Amino acid sequence: MITRRNLMTTGAAGATLATLGLPLRAQEEPLKVGFIYVGPIGDGGWTYQHDQGRLAVEAEFGDRVETLYQESVPEGADAERAITQMVLAGCKLIFTTSFGFMDATVAVAEKFPDVKFEHATGYKRLDNLATYDARFYEGRAVIGTIAGRMTKTNKIGYIASYPIPEVIQGINSAFIHARKVNPDVEMVVIWAYTWFDPAKEADAAQAMIEQGVDVIMQHTDSTAPQAAAQAAGNVFTFGQASDMAEFKPVPRIASIIDNWAPYYIKRVQAVLDGTWTSTHTWGGIGDGEVVIGEITEAVPDEVRAEAEALRDAIAAGEYHPFTGPLNKQDGTPWLAEGQVATDEELVSMNFYVEGMQGQIPS
Amino acid sequence: MIILERRPAPSRLWTWATPPLAVLMTMIAGGLLFAALGKDPLTAIRTIFWDPLFGPFAGFTRPQLLIKAAPLILIATGLAFGFRAGIWNIGAEGQYILGALTGAAVGLAFYPAESRLIFPLMVLAGALGGLVWAMIPALLRVRFGTNEILVSLMLVYVASNLLAWAALGPLRNPEGLGFPGSRNLRQWASSANLELIPGTGLHWGAVAALVAVCAAYGLFARHVFGFAVRLAGQSPRAAAFAGISPSHLVIGCMGLSGALAGMAGLFEVTGPAGQISIDFAVGYGFTAIIVAFLGRLHPLGILAAGLLMALTYIGGEMAQLQLGLPAAAIQLFQGMLLFFLLAMDVLTTYRLRLKGRPAPEPSSAAAEGAR
Amino acid sequence: MNLSGISPVLLLASLMVASTPILLAALGELVAERSGVLNLGVEGMMITGAITGFAVAVATGSPWIGFVGAAAGGAALSLLFAVLVLWLRSNQVATGLALTLFGIGLAALVGQAYVGVRAPVFARLDLPVLGDLPILGPILFRHDAVVYLGLGLVAGVWWFLHRTRAGLRLRAVGENHDAAHALGYKVQLIRLGAVLFGGALAGLGGAYLSLVRVPQWTQGVTAGAGWIALAIVVFASWRPWRLLLGAWLFGGISVLQLNLQAARVPIPVEVLSMAPYVVTILVLVLISSGRGRAALAAPGSLGQPFHAAR
Repeated sequence: MITRRNLMTTGAAGATLATLGLPLRAQEEPLKVGFIYVGPIGDGGWTYQHDQGRLAVEAEFGDRVETLYQESVPEGADAERAITQMVLAGCKLIFTTSFGFMDATVAVAEKFPDVKFEHATGYKRLDNLATYDARFYEGRAVIGTIAGRMTKTNKIGYIASYPIPEVIQGINSAFIHARKVNPDVEMVVIWAYTWFDPAKEADAAQAMIEQGVDVIMQHTDSTAPQAAAQAAGNVFTFGQASDMAEFKPVPRIASIIDNWAPYYIKRVQAVLDGTWTSTHTWGGIGDGEVVIGEITEAVPDEVRAEAEALRDAIAAGEYHPFTGPLNKQDGTPWLAEGQVATDEELVSMNFYVEGMQGQIPS
Repeated sequence: MIILERRPAPSRLWTWATPPLAVLMTMIAGGLLFAALGKDPLTAIRTIFWDPLFGPFAGFTRPQLLIKAAPLILIATGLAFGFRAGIWNIGAEGQYILGALTGAAVGLAFYPAESRLIFPLMVLAGALGGLVWAMIPALLRVRFGTNEILVSLMLVYVASNLLAWAALGPLRNPEGLGFPGSRNLRQWASSANLELIPGTGLHWGAVAALVAVCAAYGLFARHVFGFAVRLAGQSPRAAAFAGISPSHLVIGCMGLSGALAGMAGLFEVTGPAGQISIDFAVGYGFTAIIVAFLGRLHPLGILAAGLLMALTYIGGEMAQLQLGLPAAAIQLFQGMLLFFLLAMDVLTTYRLRLKGRPAPEPSSAAAEGAR
Repeated sequence: MNLSGISPVLLLASLMVASTPILLAALGELVAERSGVLNLGVEGMMITGAITGFAVAVATGSPWIGFVGAAAGGAALSLLFAVLVLWLRSNQVATGLALTLFGIGLAALVGQAYVGVRAPVFARLDLPVLGDLPILGPILFRHDAVVYLGLGLVAGVWWFLHRTRAGLRLRAVGENHDAAHALGYKVQLIRLGAVLFGGALAGLGGAYLSLVRVPQWTQGVTAGAGWIALAIVVFASWRPWRLLLGAWLFGGISVLQLNLQAARVPIPVEVLSMAPYVVTILVLVLISSGRGRAALAAPGSLGQPFHAAR
């Protein structure tokens, strides 16, 4: 908690700093780190995991840092105000944790060149604005492999949120690897047009199960699909964003966990050391940003071994989930034998790979 | 036993005295809540009510009050007409979205041309978009007698689906690497709705809100339309005798509120929000309904209520940030404030009296008027 | 277009479940509105019921006690509303909206301790013989008890409103409170009862989401179901059986659009997502433009404050 006194002093200092570019006060002040969240911490998913990262920063640095956060910040005008207020409250490093905060973060960063900003999942950078994201598609490759092995009906369901590159990467990655181990697999995609609506997610899972789907992946945050799968029996699911360990060992047989702690600790350390620079970081399994949660005993040993081998190969950089030969859905060639997709291609991905059925809404 | 007795006319004294009293009671109740959450109640209350206005960062937060209040006031002023006439447009949120969508679409059709005419054209398109969206419930009500509460509410959901579709489809920024959301309208000179006087928060939306308040005041006080609205609300039969067509009234009131909500959406998307995105709508249309009632459906009251709501938003955010209060506690606190304001309202139209003491019988006309 | 992948039997079965929360909440609101009180705070009462029900169920280990707790929680919140609008005569529309804000905040605050906690399992009733019937079995007889409770309550509310003296009084109060008062009915108490009933049922509807459908506590678990419930009451023109129809229609279209996607029927998703709302409007227009429009009118005193003029 901030007392009025030091709020006023840091505030005044911040204002001076902003206008004159003078250095701030001596080192004994803790570094203030701000986090802007798009949802409530209680969402149990996206925002919850970012907040776990914040807590990890506190645990790591103790008295040397002080963290501030604001939850449920709407995108747009409110975000710009919330970020500015963090600057005024004395934050020297601010993480804005949703794509929709991009333009607001840019606007504030331009006004306060001496404060460092980090924007998640975006693509606009400045000298004092870095971006970061996680290669969730690496995790999708691993659970896609498990899904391909585990399905008996050869129908895998994917509850998608919005048709944006990140989600499409995930669908393609999961599909490619499911097909690799099971050529008969087909993928059923439902676009929920929401990141979080438990009842709708439950209905979507139910609709898939009725279509004969027996393995469900999700790119939405609630555990409702897990519960629907459990009620149906004989349907497997994967935890998304958080581990969703409460549904172990079935239906949840593995999970993709967003783990922001290593990145946040690294960046805070860089500011403390004075070595922070504006970068784009796209960490994956190898960086510990994407974690595959426990693969439960419901998965046969050889499948687990296969999945873990894939995970380790990706982590070691020996294997890229998007490695040719791969064609686009309409049959046009995309990647030649052995060719690997570039990051530029991935971040703007707007097509299905060959073999996928249905269309991406646009 | 204490009973309530209707005043012959609303008390002027209490009309002015109840809002501060309600705020005071909210401070007490809210203070207890904050204390229960382990925070210093006085600091919390000061952070919410005082700091945004006079605190160390007031230079930043005061203009923000205007930015936050402007759409609320603009929408609520429009709604006040319908509500006074007994026409329930609760779908202002949808009209707000449509205004932003049509306005942005019209503007983006000219991108990247630079012209002074583009922004006014967008404002017109925004107003028209909101108007058309409001005409759906209005015409259905006039033609088929369909309940406008339901239709206008349903259209909010339709509008938010349209918004998602537009942000991902036709309005998606072609240079945005496939990410959802339109071009940034604030970074395009022809459509940018920036502060007119730097450091004041006064953008075209705020100007429009102030103009709307003045115009509504004039309409209610002097114009035949305002008279018709008031009469229809107080006594539909008298209005019918006076030759006021209920259909015209429905179309007029819904159209007006829709157009103002649409304009609010356009000013927001070209200014503070900057772009059409999936999460563009943050509930101004619903909050404006509360603002309209807090302001007692009176233009000046709405102005004050809009600013008060904005204060609790901004102050609430500051309390979250500086004191670590959860967002939920702030929401609860806002709910309390509204409850107290609404509850204290009783004192303006009723007086408390001990049972048994005689009171002058209020005339039925005055009683009717106070309703 | 290939619709063969969609089984109507399973669709109807999931429709029964999908419509239950909005059916419960709408039924309570129907009774409140029939007594002349418009409570727009359904969403707030639902989510309060969702967390109180969840908390009680976790504490006691019994979902049934949880549902009782949910009803109590919803009713408690509606009591606040009742005091404000009935005795302090605040505007019902604004108070209802404020109640939603208050309820969502309250639930989120209470719920902080329950994120990631798992609720006790609420068993499905497997009716032995009936459940094995072809077609009808899966549609009607393989649900959990709350689904049947909802259906029973529809019948109960219908019977109460249209077949009992107390129901007649409640409707009289809603139609014309001055006349009802002149007849010696206790307008305020009858309305209080109706509002509390509405709150309790909204609470049950919310708890059905947090204990059965989802089942989990997360902020925003009701995700707008309360607003849909409000819409269905008007859609049903304040008639219990039509309310059931409305809830099924709405739940059915929501489920159908997901099933169509799962069956890869090439209809644009955004059109499908809008469909429930557009169809609701269309049906409403059809009903209200038909004959017998007078029978569809809202209760005469709906939304008006009552003051005994003496």
